[in-house]
Amino acid sequence: MAVQIRIPTPLRRFTGGAEEVSAAGATVGTVIEDLERQYAGIKERLCDDEGQVRRFVNIYVNGDDIRFLNSLDTSLKDGDEVSIVPAIAGG
Amino acid sequence: MTTATADSVGAGKRADRQVPPRAYSILDLIGNTPLLDVSGIAEGLSPRVRLYAKLEGLNPGGSVKDRAALWMMRRGIESGELTEGKTVLDSTSGNTGIALAMIGAALRYPVSLVLPENVSTERKRIITAFGAKIIYSSGLEGSDGAILLCREILQKEPERYFKPDQYFNANNPQAHYESTGPEIWEATDGRVTHFVAGIGTGGTIMGTGRYLKEKNPAVRVIAAEPEDALHGLEGLKHMASSIVPGIYHENELDGKVPVPTETAYELCYRMGEKLGIVVGQSSGAALYAAIQIGRDLEEGVIVMVFPDFGDRYLSTNLWHGWVDWAKKRRSR
Repeated sequence: MAVQIRIPTPLRRFTGGAEEVSAAGATVGTVIEDLERQYAGIKERLCDDEGQVRRFVNIYVNGDDIRFLNSLDTSLKDGDEVSIVPAIAGG
Repeated sequence: MTTATADSVGAGKRADRQVPPRAYSILDLIGNTPLLDVSGIAEGLSPRVRLYAKLEGLNPGGSVKDRAALWMMRRGIESGELTEGKTVLDSTSGNTGIALAMIGAALRYPVSLVLPENVSTERKRIITAFGAKIIYSSGLEGSDGAILLCREILQKEPERYFKPDQYFNANNPQAHYESTGPEIWEATDGRVTHFVAGIGTGGTIMGTGRYLKEKNPAVRVIAAEPEDALHGLEGLKHMASSIVPGIYHENELDGKVPVPTETAYELCYRMGEKLGIVVGQSSGAALYAAIQIGRDLEEGVIVMVFPDFGDRYLSTNLWHGWVDWAKKRRSR
């Protein structure tokens, strides 16, 4: 299962500047594991020590917040788009 | 005149706020916000260290940004850059947008604002209620994306717009040099030893810091900054990974305290229950930094800025997080 992940500016230092990358997995959780394999260090930014998505990180699947779906267990199908959206910085 | 009779330490002792009892324009109610003693929230501080928060949420637009927006618009009119028929255009993460929309409405200038699409629903609706137009930029690009889109729009029709340009306009820090700084100096009878604020544009910390250091060069000016590029402290910038505002001069600061998002959120939750104030996440960040500084002091008067209240974040991560926090606390 391959999905596209849209990477926000603050995380592009992990993806070599790429705005969009692809990763494999049947759920958001497994896609994050695959992202970590490809871009070491990225998972720690997204998840806390207990493996849960950090409170301030927003992950959307096709525009829907996974908080209101099945969180990390939200299932994915080929071609889904996952977006990681940061908080709004200042001003 | 205050008539509070509660027996808390500061209740009813003085009424610092000098807002006029009757105003002819909403703009006359900007500024003169009170300092609130929040020392009680911090454990392990010397009793001779006091923490005061300047409650900027009491401005009519609900945030510290009323000051910068007012100064930029007034000086724009005075200099002839903002004239009848022009539209006020700027990029913002929300609070400046609300302030510009409010002031635009009061002075009868149309306002267009570029906002990242994921800005909180409350902010979008408040801006719309003032009759301003919103142009959305990509949420993935954050406020830097809004800055760049705003520049593009301006380039196409420069004669149509007045761009306050909060990141580069010297009247932004000047607002704080002329209002926030003197208010803090007076409210503390010149006893302030440390000034703490987050950095959004840098206007608050630069202008207030400059004023306080002129009055007393020993005053330490310290910024609260998100500890990482990916953070949840809406309104604050992680400078190393952002477009650095032209008005921000790091060499004028005495230090920066890196703030973890989740600890700042928890301080917001605690303030709700312990102090009776619900504030935004940037206030939690300021308090976190102030407590860190206070722990190293035997004596001091630390003044921090609480940029807004929490009611405009009820649909954001801050309050999603509160639900988790409350659950965890119950299960302890």
